[in-house]
Amino acid sequence: MTNALEIEGLTKTYGDGFQALKGIDLHVAEGDFFALLGPNGAGKSTTLGIVCSLVNKTAGKVRVFGYDTDTHLSDAKLNLGVVPQEFNFNQFEKVFDIVTTQAGYYGIPLKQASASAEKYLKKLGLWDKRNTPARMLSGGMKRRLMIARALVHEPKLLILDEPTAGVDIELRRSMWTFLEEMNRQGTTIILTTHYLEEAEALCRNIAIIDHGKILKHTSKKALLQQLSRETFVLDTEKTLDSTPELNGFPTRLDAEGALEVEVEKGQGLNQVFVELERLGIKVVSMRTKANRLEELFIRMVEENAEETKKAVEGAA
Amino acid sequence: MTPHALFTAFSTIVVREIRRFTRIWAQTLLPPAVTMTLYFIIFGNLIGSRIGEMGGFDYMSFIVPGLIMMAVITSSYANVVSSFFSMKFQRSIEELLVSPVPNWIILAGYVCGGMARGLGIGLIVTLLSLAFTRLSIHNLPMMILTVFLTSALFALGGFINAMLATKFDDISIVPTFVLTPLTYLGGVFYSIDLLPGFWQGVSMANPILYMVNGFRYGILGVSDVNPFVSLGMILVFISVLAFIALRMLERGKGIRH
Repeated sequence: MTNALEIEGLTKTYGDGFQALKGIDLHVAEGDFFALLGPNGAGKSTTLGIVCSLVNKTAGKVRVFGYDTDTHLSDAKLNLGVVPQEFNFNQFEKVFDIVTTQAGYYGIPLKQASASAEKYLKKLGLWDKRNTPARMLSGGMKRRLMIARALVHEPKLLILDEPTAGVDIELRRSMWTFLEEMNRQGTTIILTTHYLEEAEALCRNIAIIDHGKILKHTSKKALLQQLSRETFVLDTEKTLDSTPELNGFPTRLDAEGALEVEVEKGQGLNQVFVELERLGIKVVSMRTKANRLEELFIRMVEENAEETKKAVEGAA
Repeated sequence: MTPHALFTAFSTIVVREIRRFTRIWAQTLLPPAVTMTLYFIIFGNLIGSRIGEMGGFDYMSFIVPGLIMMAVITSSYANVVSSFFSMKFQRSIEELLVSPVPNWIILAGYVCGGMARGLGIGLIVTLLSLAFTRLSIHNLPMMILTVFLTSALFALGGFINAMLATKFDDISIVPTFVLTPLTYLGGVFYSIDLLPGFWQGVSMANPILYMVNGFRYGILGVSDVNPFVSLGMILVFISVLAFIALRMLERGKGIRH
């Protein structure tokens, strides 16, 4: 199967000498729903910026559906739709004009562009606002406008940089549903997000980037299998005065008095309840402390920061 | 992209530019009309009647071609510099950068957008001038060619200014400190025959002098310089500025990191 995106040895050094990317390799298969995760300043937006021609690379290769961006940039761009992190449309233009103008840049005649704009503005709940200047839209509507604009030329690869930042939960869920539908219909999707719950819910493959290097590039399933420990938060019927000791399970009380229990991979949750029963503690509800991917992500980034620190100290 | 797709992309840019300046007509179309009407009344009617003839024509007839050209130059420049810089400032330029539109189409689209405003203003000023004087055209092709090429040249200048600008102050420096003095000293209000020899020589280094005189030749049939030299000069300037603008676009000067 063709890869929707292939990146080889990509480096980027900005004018001030800051090395944002240190030779990354990445591939995203056609039809994939892929997440590029990393802390602020890790190199996510620089990577996507280079793919979308908004940032000049220093070295390396980028191919979109096999089209090398050095030699076949126009073909690569025709297959690409981009939803940036920041609002980047003319705030004074009307919603419909913004979307049809974008289609025009791809060489789509106005009649066809209007039909496509209507399709996506309706799908994204913006059709009623088509004659409204963009500045009058709410934050969530502006995000959906950028998605409609990115899709108007029917790209095979959709890149979204923090698509649900600042969007309320209900709208975020509806955007997830929309993106899942797009992916089911064949559009390859790459997203960066700070909401790791989002990546865990939507994506099949994940890359974690930090300090300009890819730390992990694998399937979500394989990544989650690396998780050796999970923390569960238990709300008890009666407030606990002291931390109960459960055989084989580290415990502590959180600030609200709920009981936190660490469960190693391979340990059964049943045993936790046997222990609680033995101590006469009744549990009324239970949840995981953090989302599983978040635990892994934090651990990897912390380990990378520690290694970087050691390397710097060693060099000094 | 196919030739048809390229034309669609080009016309999309031009239509968007025209939509922009007509949407804000009170800022773009009305002010030059008012200013030029004041010039016609004050310089042409009130003061001009005391000046008498210049270049064999009454003063009003003499300054009309220069004033039309002045309006075309400032409007062509202003349209591109303000539109492109606003796109940079709002980052909506990214809409174009992620699309497959080639750089030469982007440049051509903006230049034609600037020309649409510049020539539109030129037409408005020409119509207004008819209320004050009678215009007879000496050489129509020369007149049209000069005004079209001049408009294209200053639209290109506005584009380069916008590429280099990093703040709003930067887009007003050139119009205020370069364009306006050169235009006023470019023979809009006088024939350089009135100047002493040294200053005539200095005036010959002013590119706007050639454009104003080329256009004046097209309307009145009189010029301080050879009109074909004027056309040649404009074409050379256009080639140089277009080359610079395309190089800047290729390198992403001020628009790509």
